[in-house]
Amino acid sequence: MRKTGFYPTLAAITALAAGIAVAAAETPTDFLQAYAAEAKTADHRFAGFSAERGMKFFTATHGGEWSCASCHSQTPLQPGQHAMTGKAIAPLAPAANPERFTSASKVEKWFRRNCNDVLNRACTAVEKGDILTYLLSLKP
Amino acid sequence: MPQHALNTLNNSAALIMAAALLLWSTAWADAKRFTATDPAWKTECGSCHVPYPPALLPAASWRAIMSGLNQHFGTDASLEPQIAARITAFLVQHAGRDRGSTHGQPILRITETAWFKHEHEEELPAAIWSHPAVKSPANCGACHTRAADGDYSEATLRVPR
Repeated sequence: MRKTGFYPTLAAITALAAGIAVAAAETPTDFLQAYAAEAKTADHRFAGFSAERGMKFFTATHGGEWSCASCHSQTPLQPGQHAMTGKAIAPLAPAANPERFTSASKVEKWFRRNCNDVLNRACTAVEKGDILTYLLSLKP
Repeated sequence: MPQHALNTLNNSAALIMAAALLLWSTAWADAKRFTATDPAWKTECGSCHVPYPPALLPAASWRAIMSGLNQHFGTDASLEPQIAARITAFLVQHAGRDRGSTHGQPILRITETAWFKHEHEEELPAAIWSHPAVKSPANCGACHTRAADGDYSEATLRVPR
């Protein structure tokens, strides 16, 4: 009896460890899949992301003072500069900076803050997916 | 008093003065090198600007700043509550002396403290703040090349021309 009880526990630990490993090492594609699922739930007519829409969104000011490009540069393969403080910002495109879009907590934090600064609201899943698709289309 | 006793007295006085000078210069150097650090503070506060040393503002100022991060000098700098609480505790623990407030409100900008004005207004041309490489007085690292490590000493100062 004790032995049979041991194996499910071990299996649970293994599954948990695998889950943690996945959470700790996300890839940009993981985010794209999550945004696609969210977009489909919000609107069943969702037909995929667009790099072109993403680029337009990235460079537009959306009625406010800033665009994404104000801090992340018009060419996100290059470093940006914070619009207020002048601090250098590492490139946003994953091809130029492999650390980008590898941590769910960071991605969530920065979309929350920056969409609020640029659009005065949260970004939708389609908008986030379009931006990421655009950024992934950039190659040095 | 015999001559040798006077000599001893003179030597002692010189020694005390030298010690005092050394202490004073060490204190001065320390005032320009900030050592208090915390990983969350360094990462979070340091992502949009140099992580400003806690000693540069009093505790009341840090509390006020940390309670309004969603509207932080024109940008949303909101944090997870537990991370914000940890950073607030660090800032308050290492905060500077309260040198008075303006109209009963805590000073929210380091640039508005008497200390900052004294250190920056006397020798610098006003145009330095609009220099393309500087852009803002918030950009300490533009001149204090080791500011990210808390080093604001003269030796690491490079004012762009």
